Amino acid sequence: MGRYLRRRILISVAILFVILLVLFLLMQLMPGSPFNDAKLTAEQVASLKESYGLDQPVIVQFFRYIGNMLRGDFGVSYSIAPNTPITTLLVTRFPVTLRIGFMSLVFGTLAGVVLGLVTAFFRSKVVKVIFNFMVLLGIAVPSYLFAIFLSWTLGYKWNLFPLLYDFRSPTYSSIMPVMAMSFSVMAVIGQFTRSEAEDVMKSDYVLLARCAGMKSSTIMVKYILRNSLIPVVTVMAGLLVSLLTGSLVIEKMFAVPGIGGLLTTAISSNDYSVVIALSFVYSALYIIVMLLLDIVYCIVDPRIRLGGKPE
Amino acid sequence: MNDTAKTVLEVKDLKITFRLPTGDVHAIRGLDLSLEENEVLALVGESGSGKSVGVKSFMGILPENAVIESGEAVFHDGNETIDLLKIKEAVRRRTVNGSRIAMIFQDPMTSLNPTLSIGSQLITVLRSHDKMPKKAAYARGIELLREVGITDPERTMGQYPHQLSGGMRQRVVIAIALSQNPKLLICDEPTTALDVTIQERILDLLQSIQRARGLSIIFITHNLGVVSKIADRVAVMYAGKIIETGTVFDIFYDPRHPYTWGLLSAVPELSGGKSELYSIPGTPPDLSKEIVGDAFAPRNPYALAVDFKAEPPLFRLSNTHYAATWLADPRAPKTEMPKELKERIERMKQEAKDYAEG
Repeated sequence: MGRYLRRRILISVAILFVILLVLFLLMQLMPGSPFNDAKLTAEQVASLKESYGLDQPVIVQFFRYIGNMLRGDFGVSYSIAPNTPITTLLVTRFPVTLRIGFMSLVFGTLAGVVLGLVTAFFRSKVVKVIFNFMVLLGIAVPSYLFAIFLSWTLGYKWNLFPLLYDFRSPTYSSIMPVMAMSFSVMAVIGQFTRSEAEDVMKSDYVLLARCAGMKSSTIMVKYILRNSLIPVVTVMAGLLVSLLTGSLVIEKMFAVPGIGGLLTTAISSNDYSVVIALSFVYSALYIIVMLLLDIVYCIVDPRIRLGGKPE
Repeated sequence: MNDTAKTVLEVKDLKITFRLPTGDVHAIRGLDLSLEENEVLALVGESGSGKSVGVKSFMGILPENAVIESGEAVFHDGNETIDLLKIKEAVRRRTVNGSRIAMIFQDPMTSLNPTLSIGSQLITVLRSHDKMPKKAAYARGIELLREVGITDPERTMGQYPHQLSGGMRQRVVIAIALSQNPKLLICDEPTTALDVTIQERILDLLQSIQRARGLSIIFITHNLGVVSKIADRVAVMYAGKIIETGTVFDIFYDPRHPYTWGLLSAVPELSGGKSELYSIPGTPPDLSKEIVGDAFAPRNPYALAVDFKAEPPLFRLSNTHYAATWLADPRAPKTEMPKELKERIERMKQEAKDYAEG
């Protein structure tokens, strides 16, 4: 397993390097510069560029950037918050996005697993129809529509939750964004859990356990739950990343001070260093999550953990 | 089989229908079956003849869309009789599954929980009946693994299914099935998915366990070679019914139903046979449609006019031998089995004789 992990980590680092290179080249293709201001003269722009080192060839900029990044320095913002270190921006805003993303994932997954298992277990047609309707809704309706609906009902009509994010009560004001985002998670996880559980329930090993007279509760926990949740873990990882990136719109709607809003602003104002840093963080996040996922997989599934071949 | 043998299982007029979106499929159309203590009954037939469906109903593991239309399956244990088709799920789990009847399946690769060690699976099964302490369950697990011929049981207890070969897995499956000392073991093609050499060993194992424990076994298979090795009695199924039943000698040396003739002729022969392999013409009937007369009639070159009109009853040919074909009716024209088959049986008899004489 150690060799496997070392190889995985090396590959991850290589991928990150390539991503950074591509991001850098893409930034070169963006029209305009961070200093798109009619009031600035050509000389002023040139001297600004010089002071930030933007007059150097791309390849020089790239390696200088990597060198700084390895020391934890992502550079400074050019235009949206001039000269503020990007690290500072990340430290204040990233935790907010992370928290909302994780909360949505945990809440959506729990609800989805419970719903999926209940539907797989009860043979009632009514339960299945209600479940299918919810799944359809969760997958088809975009989260921002759901967010508008929540704002209108829970926020505006019944006045239960704050319409906009409030620094003083972060948990309370996260509830609506989390609900809006976790609905689709619940639908995806629920659908997946259900089909996995139904497959496992029909499997020979569950039949053998039933024929040997094992208790249904034991079969449920040790046989069905365990074996149907392993594949769900894979889906969760992908969902986490799409939650973090997909929260862009939700963050805007509820005025959540996360990195989603920051990224959109940075792109529209050509703030290269911010765009690169944030995109890079998103990519790194995705790769790290996938790596963690593999490690979790190793732990839960003996087939991977032991890597054994039949003797 | 002497006359004092006690009946373990008696199935009468079992009918099972699958409700499919395209209509009802009558998979079992009146199954009668009986099994005695200490007896090995082979259930033979083509795929789709209803072999597995029938026995699954005894264990309560039919798929959701299967409906038991009628019939009874009575299990005798001492003075107790249990109708396997009518007991409640919870009662079945406590008093029937595992402790009176157990079942093993075709594919040992999928019959074990991939995420639990062999030890945990055995211990979990053992402890779900008796509230025995973990240590005692572990010791019993080791004992069971020894019984099924695993030489290093302590090591196997700590291993996971994927670390074992197919033959080893099937041994573990048998150990799990035997863990509650059932009186009847149902084997649903337990050797089909294994290598030929391993097949032989698993059959030997089942046979020795059967003798040591005095088990009754229902052995489902389509391999007639396996039947001759393990079974006392054979029941041939076609289209959800038993069409011929008798001892191994009755079926192999004196088959009466044209379908049984076809099955026996279709067995490849190593010595002295024709080079071309026989296969029964046509396909099994569509069980979603009503069947008039003998279900086998359309594929039967020996079919009489009456075969297409009325269903033949199970004619009694001897104390042990029964066949559902109008050819067995005294009024029927005398029909012999195909010449090739007859010669073949003669050869088989001669071989058996030579073998017995050494």
